[in-house]
Formats: sequence, structure tokens, C-alpha cells
Amino acid sequence: MTSLDVKAPAAGEAPSSPAGGPPRRRLRIPARIRRGGLPYLLLLPALLFELLIHLVPMVVGIVMAFKELTQFYIRDWGRAPWAGLENFRVAVDFDAPIGAELLHSFWVTCSFTVLTVGCSWLFGVSAAILMQESFRGRGLLRAVFLTPYALPAYAAVITWAFMFQRDNGLVNSVLGGDSFWLIGDNAFWALTTVAVWKTWPFAFLMLMAGLQNIPKELYEAASIDGAGIWQQIRRITLPSLRPVNQVLVLVLFLWTFNDFNTPFLLFGKGAPEAADLVSIHIYDSSFITWNFGSGSAMSVLLLLFLLLVTAVYLVITSRGRKGADA
Amino acid sequence: MPRTPLAKSPMAPPQSFVWTRRIVLTLLALFALLPVYVMLSSSVKPLEDTLGEWSWIPSSFTLRPYVDIWETVPLAKYFMNSLIVAGAATVCSVVIAVFAAYAVSRYQFRGKRVFTVTILSTQMFPGILFLLPLFLIFVNIGNQTGIALYGSRGGLILTYLTFSLPFSVWMLIGYFSSIPRDLDEAALVDGCGPLGALFRVVVPAAVPGIVAVAVYAFMTAWGEVLFASVMTNDTTRTLAVGLKAYATENNVYWNQVMAASLVVSVPVVAGFLLLQRYLVAGLTAGAVK
Repeated sequence: MTSLDVKAPAAGEAPSSPAGGPPRRRLRIPARIRRGGLPYLLLLPALLFELLIHLVPMVVGIVMAFKELTQFYIRDWGRAPWAGLENFRVAVDFDAPIGAELLHSFWVTCSFTVLTVGCSWLFGVSAAILMQESFRGRGLLRAVFLTPYALPAYAAVITWAFMFQRDNGLVNSVLGGDSFWLIGDNAFWALTTVAVWKTWPFAFLMLMAGLQNIPKELYEAASIDGAGIWQQIRRITLPSLRPVNQVLVLVLFLWTFNDFNTPFLLFGKGAPEAADLVSIHIYDSSFITWNFGSGSAMSVLLLLFLLLVTAVYLVITSRGRKGADA
Repeated sequence: MPRTPLAKSPMAPPQSFVWTRRIVLTLLALFALLPVYVMLSSSVKPLEDTLGEWSWIPSSFTLRPYVDIWETVPLAKYFMNSLIVAGAATVCSVVIAVFAAYAVSRYQFRGKRVFTVTILSTQMFPGILFLLPLFLIFVNIGNQTGIALYGSRGGLILTYLTFSLPFSVWMLIGYFSSIPRDLDEAALVDGCGPLGALFRVVVPAAVPGIVAVAVYAFMTAWGEVLFASVMTNDTTRTLAVGLKAYATENNVYWNQVMAASLVVSVPVVAGFLLLQRYLVAGLTAGAVK
């Protein structure tokens, strides 16, 4: 093992000398310069594509929100006249139809998100904890639970749409009713059910990975002290999952709040009012009226709201964690 | 059910726990599998069965829908488009993520934190926020330079590779960091360049992580709907949009819809279930920290 004698100095070296190469290499200046630039070169493709597809369009989107970008200017949107804050004013004018619909859509999305994230987390954490210990059929069950996550969204949601049909669907046949599920007020419950079905396996996956990082000694110590399994779950497992939960709940919240696929596939064009999520609402009002300026203003408002919630969430959870450590 | 393996452990779980486990896991399994059963059973039903009241058992067994799906809708073309787009996006995304993750896990450099935070924060943007501008950018690039990104597979590949990139980079950073540095330092001593060390030592040691990332990237691209529905035209349409063609006509061929759903799901579900243990391992090593 030739590496043994270089390992010790390399590990403790100053951060400015990357990879801790052997001394004879470091004397050659061109190699050193090349090495200094190498990390940037390696990052370049990732940065370039993220800039092109995410960051530039986002900046453009923010600019668009201040323009009167209707169908007349699509071909050459640089010529569209500036609208100042007009697009925003219309979006938050809750007395006028456009603003009122946006506000309604916002509240629908909030209740949908709280329900979906709550149920998904609950199902995920129950399954992960109950499957922590080995038993017969555990591997198979794990595959079963992960199947909804692996199924392509369109295939799965079309199947749910079939199950929710009024005349030939499974749901009405089981419940013995003949109500509509994909239009009217029931649409909200149909949407939430499908979203939970699609989302909870991800929570399960993350929590399962999180459980594997809890040291076995903790449980051994607890069981020597006479703690039963329920106590161990409450005193060891749940507190140890805290860091995973912090990230998981945030990610679930962002994904669910921005969910477009589920309502789009379940309802097609024009979601029912009761299930009019913000993403769908913006999409419809942009592509049906071809008023991209107004759609962009709504998107910017959505982004600001998500940023605000994320910031508050991170501050609160980090403070809570610090308090618990102290 | 005899529980001999557990009886050996000092703390066999009490009956209350065992019964909770049985009930909760059974209910969750039923919930997870219900649509899969609907898909499977309806795909072998004659059309009349799927138009009348729901029945759990097909009145007669037929494989006809699996033959018809290819003719009702140009499914083979959509399948090919999805395969090209998802395949290319996966390969590009994984290669780019390997480079980026290697840089972050093995080098100290200015702007490292900015890079990781920026790339992760792109995950939180609502797709709808950059859909409209990206659509306009693609259309305008096309008008000015003649490079057709809007409506082409290339535009979709570009878009999809950036969707999986943040998570891939994040997970590979964790995975690469768990590989002992001595290994690539030994390679450097032996005269490999940094890229030699990456490809001869780090990449082979990280195969499980890379496989997991590739599965994730492929699934992301295979299942994406929003951009597929806006950025494609008749020749480049992918499965995500094409599958709706069975359901928007006056007559909905539900048995064919279910058969087609099953056919397009098999590649990703099989791949995912075969490789899921790598995904859990990758998450444990990297992401969940």
C-alpha cells in the first residue's frame, strides 16, 4: 500500500491544496494552475445547464411579470410594452374575478397540501417503523409499498381516473353510491387520495434510509433498561428521525404545493373549482387566455410565498433543534 | 404465524406490536396495490366489461387489448420518443452529475457552498414558473437562429436532464464522500491524473450510487408531464401525452388504456424494484444526513 505514507499529511493539509497530491507533483506550476481550475471545469456543465434551463428562465419570468405580454407579442416578446405593477395589482385585487379566483385557488392548495403532506408522512413513518425489524415477507412488502412511487404518474393517475368514474368506476361500486368524483366538490377528495397514494412511498423511502442511521446500541441500552418497544419508538426512534423529518417535510410541502401532474392528469383541461390547485390555475390562465404577463406575475407571487414559508420553516425548525440540544 | 427467528432475541415484540404491524401494513399494502390490480384486471377484460358496472373478475379473459393498443394510437412512436428522450437525458445527467459531485467531494474551492445551495434551491421552484419563459426562450431561439428547440426532442432532453441533476449531484456527493480518499490518492501517486483517479477508482467504487441516480433520472424523465405537454408536437410526442389519446376520444377504450398504462409502466417499475436497494443504500450514505 503505497498510499499509507502520503495519507497522513494529505488528510491534514490546508484546504487550498486539493486532493493532497504528492509533493513532486506540486512543484510543477502548470499542473498546479490546472488543478486549481479543475474543480470549476468539472462544475461547468452542471452550472451551464442549470443556468440555461432554470435560472435564466426564472429571471426572464420575473421580467415578464412586469410586461403586458398578451398573444400579440408572443413572437417577439421584447417589444411588449411595460406594464409596471399592473399584472400584480390585478392578481391581488381580490374583489375582481381574477384575484378572487386566485385567492380561492390558493386556499384550495393550502388545504390540499396540509392533508396530503400530513397523511403521507403518517403513512410513511408508520410503515418505516413497523418494518424496521426483520420479519417474513418484509422485502416483498417493501417492493409493494414502493410501487406507487415507481409507476409513471400518467399511467397511475389515469388508472385512478378510471376508478373514480361515476358509472363504471370501482369507487362508486364499493361505496354503493352514484356520485361524481371528478367534477364538483368531491373532486377535492379524489385529488387528495391520489396525491397521498403517490407521495407517501417517498416519505417511506426517506424514513427507511433515516432509520438505518440510528445506532443499534441505543436500542440495546434501552431494552436493558427495560423499555418496551412502544417506549423505544417514542423515546429513540422518533427523536432520532428529527433531522430526516426536517428535510422531508419541507420537500414534501414544496412538491405538493407545486403539484401539477396529479390534477392535470386526473381532470384534464380545466380542473373543477374545488380542486383548482395554484399550478393548474396559472397554467390555465396563461395558456387559455394567452396572457403570459399575468401568468408570470402569479408565478412570481407563488415563488415569493414559497420562499417565505421555507425561510420561516427553516428558522423555526433550526431553533427548535438548537433548543433541544442545549 | 410462527415467529421463531424473533423468539431468539431478548426482546420479542409484544402481541400489541405484532397485531398493529399486521393490520397497518395490510391496509397500506391494499391501498398501494389497488390501482395496480385495477390496471391488471381491466387490461384483460373485453371492452363491454369496462363500460358497464365495475367487476372485480373479468367476465372473460382476453389479450385483445394488448394487440389493439398499438393501432388505436401510434403507441410505438410515443414509446420510441420517450425512450430516446429519457435515455439521453439520463446519460447526460449522470455524466454531468459525476463530474460535479467529484469536484465538490474531493476539492476545496471558492464558491463551493454557493454552488451546492444554488443547485439544490432550483428544486423548490414551481415548474410553472419557468415553463412559460422557457417556452418563450425556446420559441425565440428557434425564430432567431433556426435551432428548433421547441417541439424537438433536444429541447426536452435538455430540460429533463436539469430536472434530475440537482438530486443526482446531491446524492453522488454523499456517495463519493463515503469512498475513502486513500483510494484515489493511491491512484494519483501511481501517476493517474485527477480524471484518471475519477474514472479508474472513484466511479467503479460508486457504481451502486451511480446506478441509483441513473434510475432516478430515468424515472423523472419517463414520467414528466407538464413540459412534455407543452414542448412536443405530433412527431415528438412522448408517452406522457400520448396516453391521453385513448381517453379524449368520444369512446374511451378503458381496457386499452389500462393495457397501455401497464405496458409503459413495466420498464420503469421493473428497473426500479430491481435496483431499489441501491437507492436506499445511496440515500443512507449521502442524502439523509
